[in-house]
Amino acid sequence: MAEKNVILKIKRQSSPNEPAHWEEFSLRWRPAMNIIICLRDIAENPVTRDGKKTTPISYDSNCLEEVCGSCAMVINGKVKMACSALVDHLPQPITIEPMTKFPLVRDLAVNRQFMFDSLKRVKAWIPIDGTYSLGEGPRVAPEIQEKGYPLSRCMTCGLCLEVCPQVNDNNKFVGAAIISQVRLFNMHPTGAMHARERIQALLGEGGIEECANAQNCVQACPKSIPLTESIAEVNRAAWKQSLLGWLLG
Amino acid sequence: MRQPKIIVVGGGLAGLMATIRVAESGVPVDLFSIVPVKRSHSVCAQGGINAAKNQKGEGDTTAKHLDDTIYGGDFLANQPLVKRMCDDAPGIIDLLDRMGVMFNRTPEGLLDYRRFGGTLYHRTAFAGATTGQQLLYALDEQVRRHEAEGKVKKFEGYTFLSAVLDDSGVCRGITAMDLRSMEVKVFPADAVIFCTGGIGAIFGRSTNSVVCTGSAQSVLFQQGVDYANGEFIQVHPTSIPGEDKLRLMSESARGEGGRVWVPRNPKDTRAPKSIPENERFYFLEEWYPKYGNLVPRDIATRAIHRIVYQEKLGLNGQAAVYLDVSHIDRETLDRKLEGILEIYEKFCGVDPREEPMKVFPGMHYTMGGIWVNAVDQATNLPGIYAAGECEYQYHGANRLGANSLVSCIFGGGLAGPAAVKYARNLEKGTESVPSTVFDREKKRQDDKNQALLSQDGTENPMTIWRELGDIMTEHVTVTRINKNLQLADGHLQALQARYRKINLSDRTKWSNQTLNFARELENMLLLARVITLGALARNESRGAHYKPDFPDRDDANWLKTTRAKYVNGEIQLTYEPVDISLIPPRVRKYDAAK
Repeated sequence: MAEKNVILKIKRQSSPNEPAHWEEFSLRWRPAMNIIICLRDIAENPVTRDGKKTTPISYDSNCLEEVCGSCAMVINGKVKMACSALVDHLPQPITIEPMTKFPLVRDLAVNRQFMFDSLKRVKAWIPIDGTYSLGEGPRVAPEIQEKGYPLSRCMTCGLCLEVCPQVNDNNKFVGAAIISQVRLFNMHPTGAMHARERIQALLGEGGIEECANAQNCVQACPKSIPLTESIAEVNRAAWKQSLLGWLLG
Repeated sequence: MRQPKIIVVGGGLAGLMATIRVAESGVPVDLFSIVPVKRSHSVCAQGGINAAKNQKGEGDTTAKHLDDTIYGGDFLANQPLVKRMCDDAPGIIDLLDRMGVMFNRTPEGLLDYRRFGGTLYHRTAFAGATTGQQLLYALDEQVRRHEAEGKVKKFEGYTFLSAVLDDSGVCRGITAMDLRSMEVKVFPADAVIFCTGGIGAIFGRSTNSVVCTGSAQSVLFQQGVDYANGEFIQVHPTSIPGEDKLRLMSESARGEGGRVWVPRNPKDTRAPKSIPENERFYFLEEWYPKYGNLVPRDIATRAIHRIVYQEKLGLNGQAAVYLDVSHIDRETLDRKLEGILEIYEKFCGVDPREEPMKVFPGMHYTMGGIWVNAVDQATNLPGIYAAGECEYQYHGANRLGANSLVSCIFGGGLAGPAAVKYARNLEKGTESVPSTVFDREKKRQDDKNQALLSQDGTENPMTIWRELGDIMTEHVTVTRINKNLQLADGHLQALQARYRKINLSDRTKWSNQTLNFARELENMLLLARVITLGALARNESRGAHYKPDFPDRDDANWLKTTRAKYVNGEIQLTYEPVDISLIPPRVRKYDAAK
């Protein structure tokens, strides 16, 4: 029986200042292969399909079980996590490109610092007094926990920003993930004490008003986080807050 | 007064906790991490975190938590610090709760607790089946807050290369490499806290993340920091085998009622659901009636190996057994275990709510690690501290499930203030150290990079790494035989020789992941030898260290800590007594209540 192969077309770019080009690879197929295994195969034998020597592919990865948020890339035109992208589910040749909404580092590796900075902007934390002993936390109704927990599984992977038409060069939109974090912290009993500050941080440039309701985010989210629900809820709070601010002058 | 400066290397649970504690004391802290800290390996912890809060009215106490931990660790852990950890655990849960962790709740709005391996109490607080992720995020958020206030400076995308030691062997800072520009830079500090996690990559495939190479620990070892109990490696009983990684199936699946079984007849090819109860062999429940599916991990792992390799009862003759949660109702599964069931479904294409999962043991955790003192996480080199999985203090010969998260937070919380105190008491700070000390260390690291980038060789680092993983997995995990360990060490030395002939397929100077990996590989090879030689020397069976030729625990000769030293380029094994001042050792068995 002839050996089965996997054909990949990968967009290469050796640094942000160099032009991009494509390279094709042919790898030996094995059961349960994912894109990470393919990239490792190439690292062990960095030779293109037409026999040309090349360099291993640079890419972000860490946990390999879709919980750290590192290995997002555009696979066959759709942004997804490479670790859970199984070769057998992908038509060939499989094209792989870096995400486009973040500064490129090299090949498939990008810099998502913007998202971490945005978390800072909206104060996505509970402002505790200190780590010294202060007794138990507030009681939380199971209903709140069941709403909050799915939101708190957000890995800051950036898929929702990649698919959002409002995230572009002319716009500093923080994106759905960040808005959803505001909802999470504002629903926690202690976090709610500082809800206004977080909403305030979402008013103005790059804030919630930039959302144009394309709803791509919720479809792209690998953790099925109800992002549009979060946006709607935070949006109501933002309207209320800015209207009140206007009335009170 | 002189303002000291602290560095933390590693941004998992231990590193973040240490960072917070240092920042709270008003001392500036630089935090180094290979990946953005929010992507650290702690996110992979699933099942929960232990604390004897006794919220189920079972009469649980911190003394019982201590006893379970010491007994589970087969009496190899020094007991006083473990006691402090167990005593502090309820307060740690309170703290995490205050930080907003979305722990599962009871109808009364209190934290819910589940059962875990090696205990008969409901002692494990949890946030679905992604508890590590949830705890890491809570600490990450607190660190971000301190960062916004200017108290913490993050260096994400940097890898630690070496400690800078002055002429009297005192740590005065580190060298690190910017993984984008590949520049080696010097960072002076008065004290450095290492929280660099596990060593899974040494075994090729494990449940660990890509960054868990043990490279930092190995570098420190080569610079004179001792390494303790390296031979104690935990193999988790239930993981999904994969070519790139062994994906963990949390013990919480069994904590919530999951059962491990195989068909009694190995030739039974029926779908698992149609095999009647009496034709299923629930071997853990039969062999260990008291603890059943919740025996400690070393016991469950050896039982599964026995089923597969001796009883020849593996599924379809393969290395796999069933982990079955399909009898539990869907609503409970989704509320308590969704995170892990989703992983199984995504990677195996089968819904574990409907069909039993196929699992097999996989390398998971290192009980051993950097030697630290019995007081405050200090290593044997002044100015160097360690906390979290990278050190050896809390788990003895086998770690109990859900004790890792608590040990990370406790150890990190201890190391932070200890490093601050040390730095404040220094007569002369790092600013008084002549620049030549930093320059020579930088040069040593630059030269290393230059040599790797320019040398022409025949060996590929990925190939050497794969062979390293195969050797370690075959000979230095579940069952250890002296002649095989000797063989393994010979292979490792041969790999070290081949390493000297490696050829980097990438010689560029921008974001060169091959160069970084090559550097890590050299360190992995050495640490692999520390583990193997430690295992070879220890002629007994204790916790996760099992030798069929020496099947019993031997307290007369081996109730002692292995303390490896690196002297003149050679690994030397020394031993020191274990502090058993609180609980006298007794026989460890799980077929009856202890």
